[in-house]
Amino acid sequence: MMFSGILVKHHAALKNIAIAGLLVLLGLNVGENYGFALFDINTTNMLHFERFGLLFNSICIFSTLLFVMLSGKDVEKVGNYTAEYFALIFFILCGIGIVTSYVNLMMLFIGIEIISIPSYILTGSDKKNLKSNEASLKYFLMGAFSTGIMLMGIALLYGTSGTFLVERAAAQTPSISYLEAMGLLLLFISLSFKVSLAPFHFWTPDVYDGAPTVFTSFMATIVKVAGFAAFIRLFESRYGSMGSQTERLIAIVIVLTLAFGNLTAVFQQSVKRMLAYSSIAQAGFMLFALFSLNDAAKEGLILYAAAYCLATIGIFAVLVKMEDGTFEGFNGFGKSQPLLAGVLTIFLLSLAGIPLTAGFFAKYYMLASVVKTGNNLGLVIIAVLFAAVSAYYYFKVIQAMFFKDGDVSFPAVTSRFKYLMVAVAAVIVILGIFPNLLLQFMYF
Amino acid sequence: MPIEYYIMLSVVLFCIGVVGVLTRRNAIIIFMCIELMLNAVNLMLVAFSKMHHGAEYLTNPTSTAGTDAQLFVFFIMVVAAAEVSVGLAIIVMLYRNTHSVDVNFLNRLKN
Repeated sequence: MMFSGILVKHHAALKNIAIAGLLVLLGLNVGENYGFALFDINTTNMLHFERFGLLFNSICIFSTLLFVMLSGKDVEKVGNYTAEYFALIFFILCGIGIVTSYVNLMMLFIGIEIISIPSYILTGSDKKNLKSNEASLKYFLMGAFSTGIMLMGIALLYGTSGTFLVERAAAQTPSISYLEAMGLLLLFISLSFKVSLAPFHFWTPDVYDGAPTVFTSFMATIVKVAGFAAFIRLFESRYGSMGSQTERLIAIVIVLTLAFGNLTAVFQQSVKRMLAYSSIAQAGFMLFALFSLNDAAKEGLILYAAAYCLATIGIFAVLVKMEDGTFEGFNGFGKSQPLLAGVLTIFLLSLAGIPLTAGFFAKYYMLASVVKTGNNLGLVIIAVLFAAVSAYYYFKVIQAMFFKDGDVSFPAVTSRFKYLMVAVAAVIVILGIFPNLLLQFMYF
Repeated sequence: MPIEYYIMLSVVLFCIGVVGVLTRRNAIIIFMCIELMLNAVNLMLVAFSKMHHGAEYLTNPTSTAGTDAQLFVFFIMVVAAAEVSVGLAIIVMLYRNTHSVDVNFLNRLKN
């Protein structure tokens, strides 16, 4: 992909090359899930490929495929370096592949960096736009700072156990020492930065707002979801030694994240910024998987990742084409583009977690996993309350589309785009009725 | 020298870096402070590597314990170099548009 920019002069061809590459990747990934591997590399003690990670990769690759198919045209409009943008997206996918299957903290660090550095560039890809510049500098400084914190955490963990392996380090120290607790805390903080959890979320709205909308769509979904895969893999094997104090810490972070994300999203004027805040709120929900850390939580995270990625990518695909990104900009959208408005409604309902959409079962599995851990019903109630709050601002968009009059300046879209959107919506509804269609891939 | 000295030194360097990132307003200086943080970690990793190696060496002179931390240090250096190249490019890009590297400019996005 990187060199195709030299060889291919026609921009439209680049998108097709990217789609072909992603299809090959997806095929190979699914193949590997069934035990068929094209080539076999010894990655002992570095990476360990198992169901969860591979399925997660499949979801990320599939969402990227949809992203390129829906928004590939808009990527071309950002600047002159279309081939490079696609190449950076592929680099990020490579990092995601590492982050979902690492067993060594060194690989965690490298994977996170492979994800982050291209994201800084994508954020700043609109070079003449001051907002994009600021967003990218802010993102870069925050990202590099959190990398430093993460490294300190890894160094402290190494100091206590003498190894970078996640699992063995946990087994050697049955009771947790101060040094190790500090290391884990620093790792937690830095990963919270990356997935924008509450006390460390402040860069998110600005960065998502400033970045070109196409790339916001990519970063807010696929990159963020990958961060949670890293989270789960890290804490899964360390959980036995941590006990109730960490649980309390995570619970506090969840409540803060939900409260901040939802309450601020209510007051936003621009839909893009609202989606940025709502992505913080959704991150709060995904953190429930870390809180309960059982099989239901993993299933929930997979489902949540799929539902959230599909719906958000779909909404952004329409938003990119909008000229006016405020709520008023959507006035009368239901009259001029009834089909797209209907599809958009399904996406928004899914994000809000209304039954019959994938978002409902995603939230349901998350909360069910918490209920399974026992006496944490208070947390579940808070989560449901905030889910109700979130329905308010998602419905504001629906209301603007169908019940308000106005002229929407929306460029003509090809019928292929419409069919794709309908297909994505169909996937969401099908997952909302039969979530096991996706989850059965975890076991068989 | 006991290991504590090295740990104290690298923790102090790390804290200087953190405080610098949080208080300074010049993008380049923030950047330098981040580098300081990374190098503090490098120092700590090498010290730990020596410590683990020394402990193993007494019982098994052919042991390779502790070498992975030194490997990690190289990875950190390489990644830091990649990060510097991207970061400086971003700062130059900002400087071209605003003729300043002051991060107070960044507050404009809030509105």
